[in-house]
Amino acid sequence: MPNMSLTRQPMPTQEPQVRRHNFDEVATGYTKEQAVDEAKRCLHCKNAPCVGGCPVQIDIPAFIACVAAEDFEGAYQVISRSSSLPAVCGRVCPQETQCEQRCVRGIKGEPVAIGRLERFVADWHNAHGQADITPTTAQNGHRVAVIGSGPSGLTCAGDLVKKGYDVTLYEALHTAGGVLVYGIPEFRLPKKIVQQEIDSLVAMGVHLETNMVIGKVLSVDELFDEYGFEAVYIASGAGLPRFMGIPGENLKGVYSANEFLTRVNLMKAYRDASATPILQAKRVAVVGGGNVAMDAARCALRLGAEEVSIVYRRSAQELPARAEEVQHAQEEGVVFRFLTNPTEIVADDNRYVAGMRCVEMMLGEPDDSGRRRPVVKPDSDFVLDVDCVIMAIGTSPNPLIKSTTHGLETHSWGGIVADEDGLTSRKGVYAGGDAVTGAATVILAMGAGKKAAYAIDEYIRNKQ
Amino acid sequence: MFRIMRREQLNPTVVRMDILAPLVAKKAQPGQFIILRVDEEGERIPLTVADYDREAGTVTIVFQVVGATTERLSHLQEGDHINDFVGPLGRETHTEGLRKVAVIGGGVGCAIAYPVAKKLHEQGCVVHTVVGFRSKELVILDDEFKAVSDRYELVTDDGSAGKKGLVTDALKAMIADGEQYDEVIAIGPLVMMKFVSLLTKQYGIKTIVSMNPIMIDGTGMCGGCRLTVGGEVKFACVDGPEFDGHLVDFDEAMERSTMYRDFERKAHEDTCRLFAQEV
Repeated sequence: MPNMSLTRQPMPTQEPQVRRHNFDEVATGYTKEQAVDEAKRCLHCKNAPCVGGCPVQIDIPAFIACVAAEDFEGAYQVISRSSSLPAVCGRVCPQETQCEQRCVRGIKGEPVAIGRLERFVADWHNAHGQADITPTTAQNGHRVAVIGSGPSGLTCAGDLVKKGYDVTLYEALHTAGGVLVYGIPEFRLPKKIVQQEIDSLVAMGVHLETNMVIGKVLSVDELFDEYGFEAVYIASGAGLPRFMGIPGENLKGVYSANEFLTRVNLMKAYRDASATPILQAKRVAVVGGGNVAMDAARCALRLGAEEVSIVYRRSAQELPARAEEVQHAQEEGVVFRFLTNPTEIVADDNRYVAGMRCVEMMLGEPDDSGRRRPVVKPDSDFVLDVDCVIMAIGTSPNPLIKSTTHGLETHSWGGIVADEDGLTSRKGVYAGGDAVTGAATVILAMGAGKKAAYAIDEYIRNKQ
Repeated sequence: MFRIMRREQLNPTVVRMDILAPLVAKKAQPGQFIILRVDEEGERIPLTVADYDREAGTVTIVFQVVGATTERLSHLQEGDHINDFVGPLGRETHTEGLRKVAVIGGGVGCAIAYPVAKKLHEQGCVVHTVVGFRSKELVILDDEFKAVSDRYELVTDDGSAGKKGLVTDALKAMIADGEQYDEVIAIGPLVMMKFVSLLTKQYGIKTIVSMNPIMIDGTGMCGGCRLTVGGEVKFACVDGPEFDGHLVDFDEAMERSTMYRDFERKAHEDTCRLFAQEV
């Protein structure tokens, strides 16, 4: 008999007043009993609508059945057939708009906590399971280069190495993981987990080369002509931060979210002995409403700010961030200033941030995105008392690969043109993730990496 | 890991090192920069390429000890290794078609001005060089500059070597002599580049400056190195590091460079204390 409780097992978390002062993981994960109990809520629908909501098509009912039967390693094997980063996805996927949104249990009550179960299974495997064994597939001798070791590149490299390819994974920074290490904070995705995933890829035979800025150190053409790669997958990420173009954005104390998060996460500015400087701000405004904005706001709190606000020009309904991140941020005391838009950042005598002038907005007619367009409320301007501003309003594509790769078509906004399978305008060159779509989610980037791995395999096999 | 093949103390606070990094050496051009990290816990710092030897696979860096990272780096010896060394990044100096150029170097910036002067000289361009230092004991690359310059002016703040004065005084005198330049290339402290640009603007001489703002990744991701150039936001790491000196907002760049001054001073003092204890 399934567990017919209308509510799901709550996720155990650190208390908000405790966790807002530390960088330890917020959600501590299900116990074995909680996981089994939650797994029993799954009805094992024949048509499995949840699977259709998963960008990498995990066989969700099958892995949940294993959890219910306490076969956790079996559950892990089911997931890893489709996903190369289950411990990551269980933590950062927006499940509420994907698999869980389609769960039949959600019609009356709460959907099965698929994401939490995925995380439980992956963590159980990492704690108890056998280390991933080198794939039994014989090396086929064909070489593929993957550019960028974020979620898309890791997935593509993992799938290709499992198919027997000789894969080299190039990373521009000194540490692999891309946005999983420089962007997403420790308290949401412990770096130990990312490192485990990378270590297992290396154990399977992926050659990882850090400090390799493709487009500068080596060009895509050189990868083909001089290094003998037969295909290249470009997963170089979202690119340069955008700014609003308002006065005062270059004052001391204004960060892009990318810079702020990179200092905190990749460069470990949150540790006392860190060599990386970061402003000790008291009152912080984060402009934007996505996951990156939530991450920046919650890092600012943990660094000791007294008040942190999210400044967002639309209303709560339009927030693009994952529901859980918004809820966690609210619990921790982040103030949400909806329908508010900055117009100027104000300086003190030493040219540090002393405030942010804003106007109030109201929602008008729907715009191209289908969301109601915010318009300025007349005579509503006021100055928010802040000493640090973090801009989290998106990115524009990095020019390095585009400008050094012959015949690689890009959109007018700079993103690489690629078809459904990731194929670009250049033969043998595939692309995916944020470099193609603009800033999106970890799981969409992984989905693109997966499709591209499949397409690259087809391409190389048909070439012979 | 990247091996230090040669280490030379150019003056009391300036060190030159040749680093074994064949992939970087293969492509490096004057004007480009590298990012290095001394050790596993270190920060990433950008340094402009001072020279390269494609056959030996080495890249030369010249740096002044100003903070914790450069202090640590300066204590490394030949045979030691640097943890990370990535490049060449940024755009190279545009030298094609130039027939007569004034190269202006200030302080440790001379180390970056030198390869530019050398490349111009090798291309058959007439090179006039002005280098400025605070005093005699800080002078670097004197012979090297002389070898590639058709006219060479050394100035110091106190007159202890060369003429007493600023680089702008010497440049002004050269222009007053009737010298006509296709371009002025100025590399040194922000305040020097600012005043060179103000001077050349009066004469309508195109001026290129090399910016060295605070940077983290150096690959077009963090946006920390942004500058205002001609009223637009530019990123030194991918759009530069060289820009039109008449368009750069130097005052803003100078403000931004002081953002972490207190932190840096303390970190440097702590590092010095650490090395003092070890000795």
